[in-house]
Amino acid sequence: MDKFTTLTGVAAPLDLINVDTDMIIPARFLKSIKRTGFGKDLFYTLRFDESGNEREEFVLNKSAYRNAEVLIGGKNFGCGSSREHAPWALMDFGIKCVIAPDFADIFYNNSFKNGMLLIKLPQEQVDQLMEDAKSGANATVTVDLEAQEIHRPDGEVIKFDIDPFKKHCLLNGLDDISLTLQKENKIAGFEEARKSQPWL
Amino acid sequence: MSNAKTLFDKIWDAHVVDEQDDGTCVIYIDRHLVHEVTTPQAFDGLRNTGRGVRRPELTLAVADHNVPTTDRSQGIDEEQSRIQVEALEKNCKEFGIELYGMDDIRQGICHVVGPEQGFTLPGTTLVCGDSHTATHGALGSLAFGIGTSEVEHVLATQTMIQTKAKNMRVSVNGALPVGVTSKDMILAIIGKIGTAGGTGCAIEFAGEAVRALSMEGRMTVCNMTIEAGARAGLIAPDQITFDYVMGRPMAPKAGAFEMAVEYWKTLHTDDGAKFDTEVSLEAADIPPMVTWGTSPEDVAPITGAVPSPDGETDEGRRNKMRRSLEYMGLEAGTPMTDIKIDTMFIGSCTNSRIEDLRAAAVVAEGRQVADHVQALVVPGSGLIKELAEAEGLDKIFTEAGFQWREAGCSMCLAMNADKLKPGERSASTSNRNFEGRQGPGGRTHLVSPAMAAAAAIAGHLTDVRDLD
Repeated sequence: MDKFTTLTGVAAPLDLINVDTDMIIPARFLKSIKRTGFGKDLFYTLRFDESGNEREEFVLNKSAYRNAEVLIGGKNFGCGSSREHAPWALMDFGIKCVIAPDFADIFYNNSFKNGMLLIKLPQEQVDQLMEDAKSGANATVTVDLEAQEIHRPDGEVIKFDIDPFKKHCLLNGLDDISLTLQKENKIAGFEEARKSQPWL
Repeated sequence: MSNAKTLFDKIWDAHVVDEQDDGTCVIYIDRHLVHEVTTPQAFDGLRNTGRGVRRPELTLAVADHNVPTTDRSQGIDEEQSRIQVEALEKNCKEFGIELYGMDDIRQGICHVVGPEQGFTLPGTTLVCGDSHTATHGALGSLAFGIGTSEVEHVLATQTMIQTKAKNMRVSVNGALPVGVTSKDMILAIIGKIGTAGGTGCAIEFAGEAVRALSMEGRMTVCNMTIEAGARAGLIAPDQITFDYVMGRPMAPKAGAFEMAVEYWKTLHTDDGAKFDTEVSLEAADIPPMVTWGTSPEDVAPITGAVPSPDGETDEGRRNKMRRSLEYMGLEAGTPMTDIKIDTMFIGSCTNSRIEDLRAAAVVAEGRQVADHVQALVVPGSGLIKELAEAEGLDKIFTEAGFQWREAGCSMCLAMNADKLKPGERSASTSNRNFEGRQGPGGRTHLVSPAMAAAAAIAGHLTDVRDLD
């Protein structure tokens, strides 16, 4: 997994609540057996019309936001299915960080496991960043994970909270499985004790 | 300080392998279900790192999302779907995992198959790369939907990394009125707490109305816990649960079974245990429910009307309502019973079990599907299909003009050939009414099996209690 330390990039405003994972990537695009290549179908229905042409009005189709690396979203972002294709599609498109008032649990976990940073902020601060983002490509934000800070275009700093373990894994690009395998003796011990429940 | 524990606390505590100072836990996973869509990348990950599957006997595989529900003798037409199903077969063979293939009578939707086979047991932890894994909570199994990276983690270590969820209890008091089902109950609950109402929580469903539900009914309720944003849904195991589990192929055999039941009987919330959030509803107040919008929280009683965004004070919510109504092609104030449908779907991990089919058949018997409606009935597993046919339900359905199909996820998420065309409207027993969920541009109204059958016959959404 790639490390996430700091990021300076264009932030795109997606001012919608309950953005679900079917919206992020519809089920019919989940047929690949790879982790890559989902970016072209990201937000498919929002981005393209019935004939497959770009919808001009959709934020990621506007020239200022085509290279956005940060997405500012609404409440309950990522609700719905457990498909990891949702963070894969966002990352394949180039999004490395999503900022919203809150996220659905499974999407939240899935994103961190792929090195994408999700930041929860109070609604008022998300509103500020949403307004900043609406002003276009000149309004880049800087996200500093180590310092837990977001630097607005006007220089103001917003602090954010993050689970320390998730932060540690992201900063160091750590793979969960190797961390857990270091606890192999504990897992084996647990399995041994479990033999008192022979039906399992 | 009280030692009283919730049901969730008890199962969680019994599975903690390791806890770090920051609260991050490694928890042991007793049961793992895999299907074709969310696992090929996980198996690739194992191959790339040279890791094996720690306990292959604790994982069960079944192809469900992509499989055709029509004649399967020629295999799968669509190339990408076929590749995914073949990849699952190859991966299971390579890593020694049991698979119910497309021709196996036991094949079906993974969340139907687990309980049906006795693979799902009370007091276990169970995971699957699918958000509707919450279904298994109906048996008192702590069940989480997970992503592909976590699937790989579970395959490699038989554990997962998690922080403990908060405790929430939803009690439904009293008895459900006649004609009102578990589907109406869970839709009413989601309508009350919202699609993010359970975020960060494990929800225990309690109260007389929940206790009175059959296993099938409980599965419908727990299945849709994820639509309220919760990590897991749970119902304390009781005699209904034990009777359901006993004798199933993978359930504990005599001797071990009695020992297991003794343990399972301890799995209930202690008096005085503390919940972070408590919500209660009166069962008598719940009518048959339908959805009008594009989120499962957008519910209305069938006796009601499409709501107006103007009455909504929250701006984000108001905008979402406007967008939903435009997508759904509905005007505020329209009586729900005036909404005409093109398609009816009975199926999905929410409502495709034998009891669901029986409830729909009672409505269908001696009646006819409206001329303009295409009606699909898709059993949850090959075994359910076989049982339904033995009971003559297939005849009732086909004589009434319903199509009788092979088991699979089907039109719940439109990954196979069963899908809505743009602008088409369905009454569906599935779990999600998201934009495009049942096909690009498709419009979904979530309902119970009896309400779906009634809508197919009337040609529009209708109150099943009003049928002659």
